[in-house]
Amino acid sequence: MEGDIVEMGKFIGAGLATIGMGGAAIGVGSIVGNFLSGALRNPSAAGGQTAMLFIGIAFAEAFGIFSFLVALLLMFAV
Amino acid sequence: MSADVETAGPQFHPMEQFTVEPLFGGHAINWYTPTNVTLWMGFAVLAIILLLVIGTRRRAIIPNRTQSVAELAYGFVYSMVEDVAGKDGLKYFPYIMTLFIFIVFSNFLGLIPMSFSTTSHIAVTVIMALAVFISVTAIGFYKHGIGFLGLFWVSSAPLALRPVLAVIEVISYFVRPVSHSIRLAGNVMAGHAVIEVFAVFVGMSLFIAPLALVGIVGMFAMDVLVAFIQAYVFTILTCVYLKDALHPAH
Repeated sequence: MEGDIVEMGKFIGAGLATIGMGGAAIGVGSIVGNFLSGALRNPSAAGGQTAMLFIGIAFAEAFGIFSFLVALLLMFAV
Repeated sequence: MSADVETAGPQFHPMEQFTVEPLFGGHAINWYTPTNVTLWMGFAVLAIILLLVIGTRRRAIIPNRTQSVAELAYGFVYSMVEDVAGKDGLKYFPYIMTLFIFIVFSNFLGLIPMSFSTTSHIAVTVIMALAVFISVTAIGFYKHGIGFLGLFWVSSAPLALRPVLAVIEVISYFVRPVSHSIRLAGNVMAGHAVIEVFAVFVGMSLFIAPLALVGIVGMFAMDVLVAFIQAYVFTILTCVYLKDALHPAH
């Protein structure tokens, strides 16, 4: 059991880091929800904006991926 | 006490599928060693050649099935570059098409059970992202000279805010290759790891197995979607960065 406290800290840290992915989920949900509410009001303009939708999702998702990366680093690299 | 817990519980090794191994035995990996990454990248290139070179060789007016798929892919990327990067971005279309087709084929080949997904490695995606980053920066400086730095100077903001915004813009510019590469690798890796975890649940007990099997099917369906969407996102972000380089003024 000696020295396991570092291991424990790693796992707790990795678990805490994954909380950040929830923020990305909120961001992506907000973007898609707003896109849908706009698209249903003016469906004819929606088709041209799907590229913008995916760019927005990609940017919002990036920070969730960063927290995922921190978790991976704690689990396997540190 | 921890030993008997480990023997009793299921063995989780969800990251083992991503190990790079030499194809012909041994453990030493040098830059010239053919590994499973080399093999599956070779398969991707082979599949691309089959579709885009052999498939369109006849150049029929009325295309057969393979040729229509190739034309569809070409038209899809072409209109994406034209829409996002503008008409003068079309000069760089071959490069963007190469990126898109390679990522799509690597992602989908990685979905075959027991295969190896090359794009799950950050080392692979970071090369592509860095190539995009360096070439886009070079294009920006080549086209606009020192005026390319206007990208960081937001002229529509109040004067007092501009230095602060410039710092933020510079940081976000240099974070681009990081997020660009890790988004692709992280999504592919996470999808495959989750499937592996669910697979362990299936072997665990008879009561959980049906539920976990449904979970695998659902996750696999999402992975098919993610494989395409992440290739699309990678390509469209390349187009956005290219547009920034071609028209840096805010």
